[in-house]
Parts: sequence; structure tokens; C-alpha cells
Amino acid sequence: MGKLDIKVDENGYYGEFGGAYIPELLHPNIEELKSQYLKIIAQPDFQEEFKALLKDYVGRPTPLYLAKKLSEKYGAKIYLKREDLAHTGAHKINNAIGQALLAKRLGKKKIIAETGAGQHGVATATACALLGLDCVVFMGEKDIDRQRPNVERMRILGAEVRPASSGSKTLKDATNEAMRHWINNPNDTHYIIGSVVGPHPYPDMVTKFQAVISEEIMQQLQEQEGKNAPDYVVACVGGGSNAAGAFYHYLNNEKVKLVAVEAAGHGIDSGETAATTAKGSSGVLHGSKTLLMQSEDGQVTEPYSISAGLDYPGIGPLHAYLYASKRAQFEYVTDDEAMQACVELSKLEGIIPAVETGHALAALNNLKFEKGEVVVLNLSGRGDKDLQTYINYGNY
Amino acid sequence: METINMADMQNRIENVFQDKNKEKLTIYFTAGYPRLNDTTTILQALDEADVDIIEIGIPYSDPLADGPTIQETSMKALANGMNIQKLFEQLKDLRTITQKPVFLMGYCNNVLKYGTEAFCQKCEEVGVDGLILPDMPMNEYQIQFKPYFEKYNLKNVFLITPKTSEERIRTIDDQNGGFIYMVSSSATTGGSWEDSPERLAYLQRIKSMNLTTPQMVGFGIADYSALQLVNQYTDGAIVGSAFLRNLNPENLQSSIKQFVENIRTPK
Ligand SMILES: Cc1ncc(COP(=O)(O)O)c(C=O)c1O
Repeated sequence: MGKLDIKVDENGYYGEFGGAYIPELLHPNIEELKSQYLKIIAQPDFQEEFKALLKDYVGRPTPLYLAKKLSEKYGAKIYLKREDLAHTGAHKINNAIGQALLAKRLGKKKIIAETGAGQHGVATATACALLGLDCVVFMGEKDIDRQRPNVERMRILGAEVRPASSGSKTLKDATNEAMRHWINNPNDTHYIIGSVVGPHPYPDMVTKFQAVISEEIMQQLQEQEGKNAPDYVVACVGGGSNAAGAFYHYLNNEKVKLVAVEAAGHGIDSGETAATTAKGSSGVLHGSKTLLMQSEDGQVTEPYSISAGLDYPGIGPLHAYLYASKRAQFEYVTDDEAMQACVELSKLEGIIPAVETGHALAALNNLKFEKGEVVVLNLSGRGDKDLQTYINYGNY
Repeated sequence: METINMADMQNRIENVFQDKNKEKLTIYFTAGYPRLNDTTTILQALDEADVDIIEIGIPYSDPLADGPTIQETSMKALANGMNIQKLFEQLKDLRTITQKPVFLMGYCNNVLKYGTEAFCQKCEEVGVDGLILPDMPMNEYQIQFKPYFEKYNLKNVFLITPKTSEERIRTIDDQNGGFIYMVSSSATTGGSWEDSPERLAYLQRIKSMNLTTPQMVGFGIADYSALQLVNQYTDGAIVGSAFLRNLNPENLQSSIKQFVENIRTPK
């Protein structure tokens, strides 16, 4: 591997992945965002407001916790980056607040978002309540039935939850519906995408808002370990935003092994999986060229995972690039393995994680550590929202 | 062989736009809807009817620019078993059925997955004149697609909207496309048509630009008055959702004949 230089280029590409494959109807909105986002993010008053909210409202920095029993079990020093302790219970709030602040500076009064499990929807509804913005969240009809508590949370926060009844009625269709709504309401509306997916500049913008995770890890490791880089960073990948945030400041440090964990569902070859890098191929999904799961004929196929947050047929273009270039190692974890790891963490460390995060935890079994190696695992969310899934699993 | 085909295509498209007095009509339909094997029947009926250009939609699982009608016909067509291989098979005798210009409309992923060159080659082979890929941006066209479009004599159709800048429209006009697809308003397909002042201003503005590429207006056109209005300012109208809503599976031919007669008749 030569000297690493992983970053988005001016056309929004990471290697061959990325770009903005959007209908002309969205061109003005995307152009506006593309020409403004870096400038706005760099403004001192933006940074000041964003950082203050992350600190006093979200509760950052989130702790970096050395999990002693987990470390003993796996024979390495395992640190948990506690995004589960962020307000609303997951990393999603970092991006929601960042984009909501940006939307205000673009003069937008209305926010739309898509959500699968409801975590990004709740985070966006929260940011909108805080900042006085109208909020409509698109959610697949199937997911509305599966994720009632989060639907009600969004409503309590003042958001409208709009059922996406097209296609397969899940996250991918909620994303389509949000984009169509944006086409029909281009002037006063900003679309807060929930992961590092979508047309350029979304993947880069969301990565930048989530990069606070690895920025904190560097400082916290320096304090606790006397060095700012671990041997491994491990994170689960749905669209890839928590992983992008946890990897960001280490992307070009080749000594740090990056491990991205996808949901294998019932098994990679079961036909019921969300393991995009294992089963997908190159194509265009939601406005960017990336890896996605599709039929021979180029129709997007429906993924499957026990965890709604990983149940997405693609991954962000950054991750497609990390996979293709072998910069990151990809691991696949089944429903059962993830649930076992969730229960294990609950019993060992007294932390009930989100089922998404359970996938990252289970991947520890697939890695061979040298004694004394330092591992940072991004604990992307807490398990409150998944109580019913735990109950259905039953094995605790 | 190749040059003959190219000349045919040039003629097919140019012939349509030669007669400036006639109101021109493009009809869109989704391949594989209402039934898998209706494609050639619909093509025959459109050939017999007073229709100038035919647009065949490739059904796609995630049609971002389309409203409810085309989403539904696409889902139905996919459920019927439609796919690109089948479509090309159904189109193998296209040029014995009709001499009207035929464009395929689909999304980038359909083409990329098939292989851009293989797709373009197949289009030329069956006699397709051009492609409309609403999610293909201009810069990607120039880099990835244009060489193959040119090699296989396919015209590309770019979309413009009321918000597209004059500079961008001029660039699109320079691309030697089959026509410019003027999206009637900032909306997905199948919405309603109102003769708003903004809409008139848009039509007037584009007319006054004196573009060299013909323009056709689509999205939401459903009756004679809209057809007639856009023909005053541009080179024609494109009708999709309204056509699909009026298809009668029990009697395709007569429902198509009737629809085209209706939309061509002043009320
Ligand atoms: C707790 C948690 N982790 C991970 C994810 C997956 O998203 P991403 O890959 O963008 O981090 C989600 C998505 O809802 C989530 O709620």
C-alpha cells in the first residue's frame, strides 16, 4: 500500500464510487448544497453553535470506556466508544443537528428525512424541535408497524410521520419518497439524509458531521493509552455513518486496521441478508454509484436483517471504496450471532446495546488479536428501542 | 449497414419535427404493463394512431423521478416478469412494426448493470433511436456514456426544468440530443396541469431562446388544451401517466385509439 490519501474528489467520488446521479429536478438543490456546505461548516459561528450543542445538548464528548471483562475474554484492550450515551441514544443525532443548523443557514424552514428503525427519524425530529423547524419523516409502512415506539416518539416531538407505501414499503422506499417530496418541494425544504449515502455532497457532509467520533477517540486514547491511534477500529455498517465517523481520522493511518461489520441476516448465502459487499455489485442507488444488492437485471433487491438500522440494500460510496481498495476489512455477522453478542455485553458490562451494534460486537469473535493490542469498538446505540427484538429472541 | 441505420434514424427524428404546424405528441408506456407480452400490441396501436414519437419505459424498482402512476405500472410490470432481456426480445422486430422514432426511458442502473456498451449496441441493433435516463447527469454523460451513444448512433435526451439555468440549457442544446425534455414544473411525473403564469413564462422563456434542439414538454399533460398550449410554444407534448391510466387491458387497441383521438380533439 502506497501512501494513503483517502478523501472525496471534487466530483464527489472516492475512487470509482460516489458522484451525483440525480434527476435534473434535484440539480438546483444539490448544486446549492454542494457550493455551500464546506463554506458554512467552516464558518466560526457555525462551528461554535454546533460544538456548543454537541457538548451541552447531546452530551459530548461521549465516554471512551475500557471494557475490562470484554477485554479479558478477547485478549485485547477493548474500548467502547459510548455513542449509546448521546442524546436520543445513538450517533445519529450528531448528523441531524449538524444538518439542521446548516439548513437554517441555507434559509430552509422545512426538514424532511427518511428513517428505517426510527433512530434517524427521532434524531431529526429532536433537532427540529430544538431549532424550530417543521419536520416530516418518511417511513416505510412495514417499518411503521415494526417500530411503533419510535413512531410515537417522533410525533411527541412534533414531527409528522408520513408512510411510504411505494415499492417494498421499507427504508429504501422511504428514501425514494423523501427524494420525490424534495423534487416536488424544492424551495423551502432541506432533506436530512441519515447516513453516508445519497448524491454528493451528502456522503462527505454526513461523514464530516460524524467525524467528531474519531476526533474524540484520538484525544481520549491519548489520555488513557498515551497514544492517539488504536490497532483496530470496529464498527457496524448499515449505510455506514457511525463507521465513517469512527474511521475518519484514521483513514490515512495505515497502522490502524479498520473493521466494517455488515449484517448477514440468516447467513450470507441464505437469500435473506443485508451483506452488501458480499452479495452486491456496482450500480447506482439513491443518487450515488456504489455497491448495492440487485438482481441480474439491475433491480434493487430487498435486504434482510433482524436489525432495521442495517436493513439497507447498499452502503455509502466511501465504504464501497474502502472495500474495493481493501483499506477496510469487512466482516459478516448473522442475526443469531449479533443477538448473542448483545446479551453477552449486557451481562458482562451492564450495557444493553442496539441490535445494530451487536453486529460489531459479534465480529470480535472473527478477529485474532495479539496480546496488548488496543481495539476501539464504536458502540453506536443503546438497546431500548430493541426491547421487543430482545424479547422475541428470548435467549437471555 | 451502420450508416444506413444512422440515416434512417436522423430521418425518423427530423421528419417528426419538420411540419411546424402539426401538434406533436409523444406517448410513453411502461413495457410489461398491463401484461408481460403487451409491448408489441401497444406499439402497433401507437403506430396506427396519430402519435409522433414513442417512448418505451423500462420498469425499474426505484423510479425516483416518477409519480404514483408510473411507480405502479413499473411494479406491476416487474411482477409480470418484465426485464431488459425480455424487452429486447420483444423489440427484435420493432422496425417491421413502426417507422416512428422510438426512445427507451429508464434509469442509469438498468444500463450500468447490463453494461453500457452492450446496452447501447443492443439498442442500435433493434432500431431504437435514443435514450432518456432521467438520473443521468450531464457530466457523467460526457465521461461515461457519450462515447457509446455516439458509437451506436443513439440520441440522448436531457431534461430541463423551470429552474434550469439559461447557461445550462445552452450547454444541453449543444449536445446534439434527440430533443430536449422540458419538465413542465418542479414535480415528479403524473401531477396535475394548471395554466399558471409561471408555466406560461417558462414556455415563453424557452421559446425565446431559439434553441436548435427541438423541445417537448412532459409531466402532467392529460388533455387537448394542455397539448395545444405547449405546442404553441414548443415542438410537442409528452403524455405518460394519463395514457397509462386510460389503458384498458380487455381492449388495448381500441382504448389506445380512443385515448389518442380524445387528446387530439378540441373540446
Ligand atoms: C444504533 C445504530 N447503529 C447503526 C446504525 C446503522 O447506520 P449507519 O451505518 O449509518 O451508522 C443505525 C441506524 O439506524 C443505528 O440506529
